[in-house]
Amino acid sequence: MEEKKKLYTLLVYSENIAGILNQITAVFTRRQVNIESLNVSASSIEGVHKYTITAWSDPDQIEKITHQIEKKIDVVKANYFTDDQLFIRESGLYKLSTENVLQNPEISRTVRRFDAHIIEVNPTYTIVMKHGITEDIIALYRALDAFGCVLQYTRSGRIAVTRGMQEQVSAFLEERQKNG
Amino acid sequence: MRALQAEGVKTIFGYPGGSIMPVYDALFDYTRGEKKCFDHILVRHEQAATHAAEGYARVSGEVGVALVTSGPGATNTLTGVADAMLDSTPIVVIAGQVAISALGTDAFQEVDLVGVAQPISKWSYQIRRAEDVAWAVSRAFYIARSGRPGPVVLDFARNAQVEEFDWEPKKVDFIRSYVAYPKLNEQAVREAAELINHAERPLALVGQGVELGNAQEELKAFLEKADIPAGRTMLGLSALPSDHPLNVGMLGMHGNYAVNLKEQECDVLIAIGMRFSDRVTGNLKTYAKQAKIIHLDIDRSEIDKNVKTHVAVVADCKESLPALTALLNKNDHHEWRESFKELDQQERTKVIEPAIHPTEGPLKMGEVVNAVAERAPRGTVLVTDVGQNQLFATRYFKYPVKRSICTSGGLGTMGYGMPAAIGATFATDRTVCCFMGDGGFQMCIEELGTIMEQQAPVKMILLNNHYLGNVRQWQDMFWMRRKSFTKMMNPNYAFIAQGYGIPYQAVTDRKDLGAAVEKMLATDGPFILECAILEEDNVLPMTPPGMNVNDMMLEI
Repeated sequence: MEEKKKLYTLLVYSENIAGILNQITAVFTRRQVNIESLNVSASSIEGVHKYTITAWSDPDQIEKITHQIEKKIDVVKANYFTDDQLFIRESGLYKLSTENVLQNPEISRTVRRFDAHIIEVNPTYTIVMKHGITEDIIALYRALDAFGCVLQYTRSGRIAVTRGMQEQVSAFLEERQKNG
Repeated sequence: MRALQAEGVKTIFGYPGGSIMPVYDALFDYTRGEKKCFDHILVRHEQAATHAAEGYARVSGEVGVALVTSGPGATNTLTGVADAMLDSTPIVVIAGQVAISALGTDAFQEVDLVGVAQPISKWSYQIRRAEDVAWAVSRAFYIARSGRPGPVVLDFARNAQVEEFDWEPKKVDFIRSYVAYPKLNEQAVREAAELINHAERPLALVGQGVELGNAQEELKAFLEKADIPAGRTMLGLSALPSDHPLNVGMLGMHGNYAVNLKEQECDVLIAIGMRFSDRVTGNLKTYAKQAKIIHLDIDRSEIDKNVKTHVAVVADCKESLPALTALLNKNDHHEWRESFKELDQQERTKVIEPAIHPTEGPLKMGEVVNAVAERAPRGTVLVTDVGQNQLFATRYFKYPVKRSICTSGGLGTMGYGMPAAIGATFATDRTVCCFMGDGGFQMCIEELGTIMEQQAPVKMILLNNHYLGNVRQWQDMFWMRRKSFTKMMNPNYAFIAQGYGIPYQAVTDRKDLGAAVEKMLATDGPFILECAILEEDNVLPMTPPGMNVNDMMLEI
């Protein structure tokens, strides 16, 4: 019945005013669309915040969501992308039992095979970090979990930059300043 | 006060309370004597302040202002804020708030107003420092009135109301993240003109956007050049004069028969400042599938929201309509226009005549509306409540003058009528007629106090059928005639009118109707005309909800 859904990434730029995140998430809530991941940070443009949001949706719905977000007064720009239009990175942190790691050399080999790094070791636990795309980070978790050595695991929200040649947000702001 | 003055505010609808007392204290001086620059209208409930502000805005074209206290005062305005959001009405609600030092402590009458207002307002902002007052107020008015208008909520912390600072006037007329007036895309205009020039059966759908853009003349020029018949949405009824030869009636579930059927026959559909509400389109899967759709709107997010368009022109219609008209060929669609007439005749015989000229039985709503419409002076403003009274009134009233209709279209807020009519009387010297049912009349009945105190000349027509009539009609049609809680015991309205000292007349007999309406219109100040109405009168024609517009029924 439901149209086939896809994971979309929204890049939203806003002024740095309290309460904008609330307004953005409310657009999703109203349609009962879950946000899969969310990252908020200052952007390269002074005073402008960047939100990277992923959600499962269909082309029609994601377009409406994007327009409704961009309609908010203090939102500068909102655009949606599919994975092929973006460079995407996420990080995973894995807290492993040092005892297990020492007992089973296969664990260290797995960490290296996945191109992950050990960033802290003490007698109780070992911290492993991996950057990459979602699937690789999850795959490493599954591999480590199979050894029964994972104490904690967390995956960051997605961060992404566009593959396009034009910097639309800066261009938009320049255009606005000229006319303002 | 100075910030409001700078925005040209003349009338404030409000209700004082603890957290807004500093503002009210200042207002005292600004409403009398040498410093007088505002009228403050004391309402009887904060919801009414917002509806009055809406009525004022709708008729005057200016921003309506409501001033209330924190907590319950603020939450009482939310229905009006939501109403103004759905109907694109520019209002600014200024609510008191506890001091910022008390925020988040569950202080007396503290509520997170910005949090609850955000999803239902165009902009909500908390003023936390006195230095921000000038900027925030100016920004609020700019946002409320520009682009697609809407409600703005200012949450005014008590400390910011009393702090001393050096006043510096600020004028906001640019916000970099907010494009109020999108740039006209000339390519889109050319494509739209191309479609219209080749159309054989063009049909225009006119919405409130034309009134909001003040483009009534531009619309006429556009329609007349290419000879395009036009239907109007309920909120757009006075965007094109009802006696204009190209007006083919009202759109929607209870609109006119011909235009609803013709939406399914036209080859090019031109939507102007309207949003394809479900009450207009019925079943979207079958709606106007044969037609090329052109959509003119100032709000990008309306394009393709409900109906997929072939050409979208995102701009102010004041700009886009003349640009489009310039590229149109003069045209004649006489035959197409004539084809509406037979359907019009069917509607006239089966629905309109029996509704407005019945000869026996109790009074009917349509005939009361018609009796008022025939006698009211040209340019009378129609205000309605919500329900059957609204549907009959909007169907049978006349709109020769622009900005003549106030009704709650999107939210469908019962209780809207009386306060909106109060607001309208402060915006114009034109006659204001307000049609209400016995349900809606009682939902803001406390505003009779405001009408009494202000002697606001609202001509109230109470269509009393002892039912929540529209729900009763649906129960009869779709719920096996099970009239679940729609019959109502009513008070003695004559006593109520007497209590408020408002002139009152009741009509039960058809032969007395004309004289009673004349008496109402001739009376200075407010008047209540109570009409005892056929209990089970139905609004027709009707497209049942979710059905195709061409399945519109002339009879049940």
